[in-house]
Amino acid sequence: MANPSAVCNGHLHHHHHQKQNNLLKSGVCKKNGITKGMKKNGVSNGTLYKKTFIEHFEQAPMYVAVLTFVGFGVGTIFGYLRDFMRAWGLEKRNIAEEREQQKDFVPLYQDFENFYTRNLYMRIRDNWNRPICSVPGPQFDLMERVTDDYNWTFRFTGRTIKNVINMGSYNYLGFAETEPNALKTVTKELQKYGTGICSTRQEMGTLDKHVELEKLVAKFLGVDDAMVFGMGFATNSMNIPALVGKGCLILSDELNHTSLVLGARLSGATIRIFKHNNMQSLEKLLRDAIIYGQPRSRRAWRKIIILVEGIYSMEGSIVRLPEIVSLKKKYKAYLYLDEAHSIGAVGATGRGVVEYFGMSPDDVDVLMGTFTKSFGAAGGYIAGKKDLVDFLRTHSHSAVYATSMCPPVAEQIIRAMKCLMGLDGTTQGLQRVRQLGKNTRYFRRRLHEMGFIIYGNDDSPVVPLLLYMPGKIGAFARRMLEKNIGVVVVGFPATPITESRARFCVSAAHTREMLDTVLNALDELGDFLQLKYSRYSKSSHPELYEETRFELED
Amino acid sequence: MDFKSMKNYLYWLYCQFELITCSYLMEPWEKLLFYTFNISMLVMISYTAYIFIPVHISTAFQFFFWLGWYHHNDIGN
Repeated sequence: MANPSAVCNGHLHHHHHQKQNNLLKSGVCKKNGITKGMKKNGVSNGTLYKKTFIEHFEQAPMYVAVLTFVGFGVGTIFGYLRDFMRAWGLEKRNIAEEREQQKDFVPLYQDFENFYTRNLYMRIRDNWNRPICSVPGPQFDLMERVTDDYNWTFRFTGRTIKNVINMGSYNYLGFAETEPNALKTVTKELQKYGTGICSTRQEMGTLDKHVELEKLVAKFLGVDDAMVFGMGFATNSMNIPALVGKGCLILSDELNHTSLVLGARLSGATIRIFKHNNMQSLEKLLRDAIIYGQPRSRRAWRKIIILVEGIYSMEGSIVRLPEIVSLKKKYKAYLYLDEAHSIGAVGATGRGVVEYFGMSPDDVDVLMGTFTKSFGAAGGYIAGKKDLVDFLRTHSHSAVYATSMCPPVAEQIIRAMKCLMGLDGTTQGLQRVRQLGKNTRYFRRRLHEMGFIIYGNDDSPVVPLLLYMPGKIGAFARRMLEKNIGVVVVGFPATPITESRARFCVSAAHTREMLDTVLNALDELGDFLQLKYSRYSKSSHPELYEETRFELED
Repeated sequence: MDFKSMKNYLYWLYCQFELITCSYLMEPWEKLLFYTFNISMLVMISYTAYIFIPVHISTAFQFFFWLGWYHHNDIGN
């Protein structure tokens, strides 16, 4: 059977594996980089990666860094001026501060983060926390709001801005939809079960829906068993303490999400950080851990666990899974993979980075993911061997104390997963995954051609576009909204202070026209705001470029 | 971007200046303060340049010229 888009009975995964092995046997291996501008990160072992792994982290020209610092310098000077005026009563104080009786104690609001919030963030605060009033599909409606006192307070005018193109929601496969046909089963379950659970998993909160969902998740990922939780953030922060404790070592990536960091800190284990996606740094840490053991007693570590994410949402980079798995096997460590953004979004059938690299899910010890991003629902899961999941059912804080997932949400995930696996009798799931892949490649290619600096792997649907200067953050977001496009801009403290960016999330529900509208608006705005910092020009035959890179897939 | 006129181009340059120095984010009185400070610094520097640079150049020129004249005299004698 050579046609992977034919509807089958859930064995699609197995066939795909075979196909990958055939490709490898025929000797097709990695190709050389295409243009001068592309930096192909070195592959140490040619047979580990079955297809090219191209990531971009271009540095901006020097004048950009200088001007960014000039901007921040001016902002800081005016920040001090305003603080002085507030302290001496020349200006009304709108921000949080200590009471009179607390003035002699340790100051609470004098650190840099509070200074930054008061003086720089407040000026452009209207670009965040915008309330929306429709489903976050490819287009949505925003509530219009204005400010009378420079962003300290807002008021709603009562009007809504309709049909704003949504480039910020994590709606990778387009399952956030309100079509009644698609939501038939969800409405039925809502009428059967209601919305509340009113209990925790271990008391009376385990429904047959949860059992069905867990079996489906395990089948989807190709593992023994899975457990689902009501909240994605809580999945990480409540389960890592159950898996590791004092005397264990956690090796966590520099740019891990806050939920992983919180879970690691709550567990009480020793945490060591390795440079982002840098395998030499990780190997050095592993060797040091095994050679030197625990800090004072020199005993062996009870467990060494590596925490990584599938796709890093601020950089758009994909984890180097084959190298990490080979390192883990060599040094006998455990691997915890957080696929919040990558499940459903990468891989030929949407099964995440494990499938993207053609590896077996048995290589990863703990597979974690969320249903918020690609499935249009809420919640998270942890999957792996049966022993692991049985242990978590009894020892996880989330299972004992947190309410379980609500039934209509569970049904939404079930229907989305069945659609992805092809179990509902259509090829809609596979079409969505392919549409996402096409949209991602098109969007990234066009942005590179226009000359913007884009970070991340060419296959990741998260596209960060670098803005650098603080003045441009506000200007960019406001002007895009005027053109009826909603974007998310990010600055300090979520990113390094000089690398502020606009982050686009491509969705399978975006049509070519919508992407073209956005790209034209970006072109215009890029010229007006001078955002096209890239020094590398693309090849003049874009069709040829795309073909030679992707003939490996089909 | 095609500029219809010189005025448009100057306006665009002004926008770039605003974005780079964060004066786009400032309230009107802060902008007034900032521009007053900048313009007064520029005026002072250009006035200083206007007064002093010709004097400095002529002094430097005299110095080098005198050196050459002295050298010639030395060789002559």
